[in-house]
Amino acid sequence: MEHLIEIRDLRKIYALGEEPVAALDGVSLTIEQGEFVAIMGASGSGKSTMLNILGCLDTPTSGSYLLDGIEVARRSRTELARIRNRKLGFVFQNFNLLARTTAIENVELPDFYLNRLGRSARRARARMLLERVGLGGRGTHTPAQLSGGQQQRVAIARALMNEPPVLFADEPTGNLDTKSSVEIMNLFTELSNEGITIVMVTHEDDIAAYAKRHLLMRDGHLIKDDASGGGA
Amino acid sequence: MNVFMIFRVAVRAIWRNKTRSALTMLGIIFGIAAVIVVLAIGRGASLNMVAEISKMGNNMVMIFSEQRHTAAGVRGAAGEGQSLTASDGLAIRRELSHLVQAVTPEVRTQMQVVYAEKNWSTTVYGCSTEFSTIRNWEVAEGSFFDELEEKQCARVCLIGRTVATNLFPNDDPVGRTIRIGNMPFKVKGVMGVKGVGGFGQDQDDAVLAPYTTVKRVLQASKFPDNVRHIKLSLYSMDQLDEAKREIGLLLRQRHRLADSDDDDFRIIDMAEITSTMSAVSSTMTVLLAAVAAISLLVGGIGIMNIMLVSVTERIREIGLRMAIGATPANILGQFILEAVVLSTLGGALGVALGVAGAQTIGNLQGWPILVEPSSAIGAFLFSALVGMFFGFYPAWRASRLNPIDCLRYE
Repeated sequence: MEHLIEIRDLRKIYALGEEPVAALDGVSLTIEQGEFVAIMGASGSGKSTMLNILGCLDTPTSGSYLLDGIEVARRSRTELARIRNRKLGFVFQNFNLLARTTAIENVELPDFYLNRLGRSARRARARMLLERVGLGGRGTHTPAQLSGGQQQRVAIARALMNEPPVLFADEPTGNLDTKSSVEIMNLFTELSNEGITIVMVTHEDDIAAYAKRHLLMRDGHLIKDDASGGGA
Repeated sequence: MNVFMIFRVAVRAIWRNKTRSALTMLGIIFGIAAVIVVLAIGRGASLNMVAEISKMGNNMVMIFSEQRHTAAGVRGAAGEGQSLTASDGLAIRRELSHLVQAVTPEVRTQMQVVYAEKNWSTTVYGCSTEFSTIRNWEVAEGSFFDELEEKQCARVCLIGRTVATNLFPNDDPVGRTIRIGNMPFKVKGVMGVKGVGGFGQDQDDAVLAPYTTVKRVLQASKFPDNVRHIKLSLYSMDQLDEAKREIGLLLRQRHRLADSDDDDFRIIDMAEITSTMSAVSSTMTVLLAAVAAISLLVGGIGIMNIMLVSVTERIREIGLRMAIGATPANILGQFILEAVVLSTLGGALGVALGVAGAQTIGNLQGWPILVEPSSAIGAFLFSALVGMFFGFYPAWRASRLNPIDCLRYE
């Protein structure tokens, strides 16, 4: 069976100062369709670099990365942008919604670059997604009129706009209170149960507990993977 | 993503920052408005000048006497020679009657004119009976002098409106006798109002008398046949080249010039004067337009400045757009289009402001104003070009940004 994500001997070297620093030092792993994975580790462990490369926001210094069976390790900026647009959804710690723009227009944004739907179909899908994340009546609100938890739900709806197979979340609850965090994590769990692959970076154990598989990173190495190590 | 989509994104981005967008546009608005106003005034003035010059005469051609090269190689200015005579004029009238409808010799002299206790200094023009036809200048009251009076050096004259108002504030001048210099002249009529000439002179400040009278009586000239210049009227300007050639041949023959001699006269038509005058005014227009263009340049730099600030300020937005699938070309397009929309919007407002401003200035100052559609369209298109040019660098910088750095930017 073909893996959704397959990386082999991935390295990312930063030439900082005199000594080159290896943020990723030969990481290999596979992620299957429908998995809910948490990447954990202390700051500087390489987990953010890992997420950036998996999310096609950055390219590795060496190694191979097959996404959905396609080699994406060495692609142009334009090609990476197209891949992100069609196959990946992003949820950020600080939401990154466009200010002074309504929730529904924020959700529509990915399709502006894909242009798959017409004007009315796009609006209909954005409205449906807002309902899906529990913000049915808030379509015309701007981010300033929404709470942190609501903003993050708009961001999740936006990430789902182009029906990507994978969702990347970078500390999705880092800026949220406990109640909102639980709501967001429950939403992720529901999406995971619907078959969407989720890869999440977090340093909080209780947040990571929502995931089915846990990867622990230290000094650019993958030191623990409970899928292989724990026999899950 | 098609151009229309990028356009919508750009318009939304501008609309989200209304105040800043409006301030950015100010530079372009005033730049374009200045260009429109300057061009409207410049074109209006030059068109007015051309109209004034053609009003000076009816298919008019002028002949000036001109000194030939002397032995010393020095050449006098046009009008200084003494070669041209009234008989030359009569000969042209006689020989070239198929081309020329009217001829007048012209002599001028500055004189004091007196009626009762009023006195006025003015130019006395000596001319023939056909002067009125050639200059398109009708008699308002009374009648022009006739050929008999011209032949007999009769002391008769016609006065311009300015002279009439100064000498006869209350009376009817026709039939009165005025003194020109020391000589009494009978006023046969008053000329219609001719207005201000193309060179700013008051054309109504004039007295017309038979050239024979002016030469023999007023100037007591020893060479009564010599005249300063000859004006003539052609039947049609289409025959201008033919007429100039025929007149030249006739005059050379009459002046007994050898084939090797230069002309001792110069034939000038209104087209030449018109083109010289409009060249002068278009030089002024170009100069003023250059000043206006500099203000547009400053407006463009303003746009670049704001766009650079905008790129830095919206770095997170750029990162987010890239993360969800905007290609570098999309980002480049968005920011260039934002600059272009800003500048063309400013351009459109500037054209409107410029047209309104030009009309207002024209009304207040009583200047002729001409807003040419081509200059309005040109200014508008130029504003789009300014946006494209000055928007490119900030947009290019935005498109080269790394999405990770953008997203992490605080």
